Amino acid sequence: MRDVAVIGIGIQKWGELWERSLRDLWVEAALNAINDAGVDHIDSMYVGCMSGGLFVGQEHLSSLLADYLGVCPVPATRVESACASGGMALRSGFIEVASGLSDIVLVSGVEKMTDVDGGGATYALATAADAEYEVYQGATFPGLYAMVARDYMHRYGLTREQLAQVAVKNHDNGVLNPHAQFPMKMSLETVMNSTMIADPLRLMDCSPITDGAAAAILCPLEMARDLSKNPPIKVSGMGAATDRIALHDRPDFCEFRATVKAAEAAYKMAGVGPDEIDFAEVHDCFTIAELCVIEALGFFARGTAGQATAAGETARDGKKPINTSGGLKSKGHPVGATGIGQIHELVTQLRGTAGERQVAGVKRGLAQNMGGSGGSTVCHILEVV
Amino acid sequence: MVGIVGYGAYIPRNRIKLETIAEVWGADAEAYKRGLMLYEKSVPSPDQDVITMTVEAARHAVKRAGIDPAEIGAVYVGSESHPYAVKPTGTLVAEALGATPSVHVADFEFACKAGSESMFVAMSHVKAGEMKYALGVGADTSQGAPGDALEYSASAGSAAFIMGAEQVVAECLHTYSFCTDTPDFWRREYQFYPQHAGRFTGEPAYFKHTYGCATRLMEMASMKPEDFAYCVFHQPNGKFPANAAKKLGFTKAQSETGWLSPWLGNTYSGASPMGLSAILDVAKPGDKILMVSYGSGSGSDGFVWQATERLPSVQKLAPQTRPQLDDNKVYLSYGQYAKYREKIKRAK
Amino acid sequence: MAFIPSYWRETPQRYRYEGNKCIKCECKHDSKCDCETGQVFFPPRRTCCPWCDCTLEPCTIATTGKLLTYTIIVVPPTQFGDEAPYALGICEMDDGARLTAQIVDVPLDKLEIGMPVRIEFRKIQQDGHAGILMYGYKVVPNS
Repeated sequence: MRDVAVIGIGIQKWGELWERSLRDLWVEAALNAINDAGVDHIDSMYVGCMSGGLFVGQEHLSSLLADYLGVCPVPATRVESACASGGMALRSGFIEVASGLSDIVLVSGVEKMTDVDGGGATYALATAADAEYEVYQGATFPGLYAMVARDYMHRYGLTREQLAQVAVKNHDNGVLNPHAQFPMKMSLETVMNSTMIADPLRLMDCSPITDGAAAAILCPLEMARDLSKNPPIKVSGMGAATDRIALHDRPDFCEFRATVKAAEAAYKMAGVGPDEIDFAEVHDCFTIAELCVIEALGFFARGTAGQATAAGETARDGKKPINTSGGLKSKGHPVGATGIGQIHELVTQLRGTAGERQVAGVKRGLAQNMGGSGGSTVCHILEVV
Repeated sequence: MVGIVGYGAYIPRNRIKLETIAEVWGADAEAYKRGLMLYEKSVPSPDQDVITMTVEAARHAVKRAGIDPAEIGAVYVGSESHPYAVKPTGTLVAEALGATPSVHVADFEFACKAGSESMFVAMSHVKAGEMKYALGVGADTSQGAPGDALEYSASAGSAAFIMGAEQVVAECLHTYSFCTDTPDFWRREYQFYPQHAGRFTGEPAYFKHTYGCATRLMEMASMKPEDFAYCVFHQPNGKFPANAAKKLGFTKAQSETGWLSPWLGNTYSGASPMGLSAILDVAKPGDKILMVSYGSGSGSDGFVWQATERLPSVQKLAPQTRPQLDDNKVYLSYGQYAKYREKIKRAK
Repeated sequence: MAFIPSYWRETPQRYRYEGNKCIKCECKHDSKCDCETGQVFFPPRRTCCPWCDCTLEPCTIATTGKLLTYTIIVVPPTQFGDEAPYALGICEMDDGARLTAQIVDVPLDKLEIGMPVRIEFRKIQQDGHAGILMYGYKVVPNS
């Protein structure tokens, strides 16, 4: 298996992008990534998208996007794993490069979520849960994570304030990210007094509805310096795992087993442990998710992530900076694009080009991208070579 | 011996007080209470209807009967508020009970006596030897037009009776039906609320049929009021059944057990069947019960039941009727009630 | 929009709470999966895992259990718009079966983790004012 590097990244400022369609968004990000890498062709491409069908009434994104990028007849594949679609697209591209089948592969993610109204978006997102046994009963995604939060609070004494600190911290980071949808500071009071969505989760515990795309160019590490002027960032670890789709079928609602397993595999492949990860982008679709995830990744002991967050341990200047990009909360969550958006942040930090939000001296970062209420997860470890 | 082998009732928890309704319409609550002897009524939640209440009531009946629901050969639900105009209530009830696919099903409708008629037909199948068990149900989530006298009474409930020839808890000794064409109350196709003929609903309608049925039935059975431990009549309000019992010569002691309407309201097809369920909850072996329903249009079905030795052993096997009426009540505001009963005009 | 065939197909689970149960677990996949004898599946499954010779038998799940966790949905999906705020919880029934269901007939401030619940048959959704009515299980306090 060949080592794989990321040599180009592309994104745009995420948000409610009324003027631009799904194809506009994706082509923009893809061109940015190709221009960033400086490659003169691609051999293959992967697109992560959760639900083109429900959000914009468009499937067959492989053909559409290859067509509008102007790269036909390059083979293209759409990858879907709910909100982990982007990360899974990277995994697919990684495997294709590592196997020797292709040399230069574009991996990407896109979601255009604002063409439908709030009810339509809620419906589309809910299809990531068990349609017959959760959604039918009246479950929503905030509702499922709220049940995790309630259980976590009951068992570990997590306070409402500690939970809100996750959002405060991520907005503190997002302020410094030019691509963030909501680059504004958020006070603890604002988070704690925001509209109730699914008790105990409030509006500011939830990631927003976002339009956006992101892309990256992969190649064999050995060719990276010939193909691009960018410093190669090696994908040193990768792992993916699944868990029961319905939250109620998991023995422990606060243990994100797919994340535990995906991280184990990624650490093993990279030959490192959680302590050797300098910083991470994690899937904070809801504040409670970030706490459960950073425990599942082994950064913090079970039941302690809330205190650690309140103590500033996950801030940019803390011992384990989490979501320096602003996370899904501040940067935005165009579901299919999120996993590649995380890679954009890791590469930016590892290149040392994150500007004001740059974490000094980082050499190795982890991205954790999760589908549904934790039914699928993919982790990647990226490092400077 | 043919009769009831299992019975069950279901009453929603929501109530609305008569005062709460009267206040909205500027009506004299005290006069209504005196005149109709009504204090409060049950209200279904938006997620409750004749189907859901009947599934619960019928499950209670199955528990008391201790039978395999697959042996139920007919499911007849009598109601004037079937959730669908076209598509049976009974198929869903049968499916939920596990009585499908070897089962006869049709929904019954005859104003407030669809329930007693379904009980009669179910029992007749068993008597004819057509099947081992048959289910007859009376249930309604009736609507009264806002501001109309019916709004104070129209309520929700279901009572289900499994008829059989073995392990009977209440034997049917006699039946009789008294029926004429009398336009006292109706609802035309596509109309949301029923209409009624005011005081014409009393003497020539409710009382004529109730007395006619009860009198003839007692003659046929060679029985007098004092031969019965209990009586129960259709209960469109509190006053009508109380007057009927009195005029026929029954005492308060005989009639009060099945007299639910002052606190339950009028459950239409469910009314006298639910009263019967409350009596069966407490009756002793050998007790005889006179039951007379009334349905506008008009007709009365009469039954003489006699409790068997088996009855006491099943009374506590499922939720009883009085406790459902008396306990765990939730009182609604008129606004909540209007929302729950879809009385608020909204954008389509 | 209602998906009528899929609604109809789930009838045994929605109306009668049918699942299945592993009465003899003979998984040859030691420690790699979480099969175990006595496990109740709701909805029923074809297999515990592909390497099982487990014996699965149809069963009806217990209708009483307890509340493991819950939320109050304030912002509902469109089809539940009239019901919000409503309580939704995960229940573990007495035989171990787990389900997600609305908790009704309880004041929202009286919900509690661990509270005893039982299943009641209710209307779950309706397809507008002209489409089909969809039924199933909710839970109520079992006091």
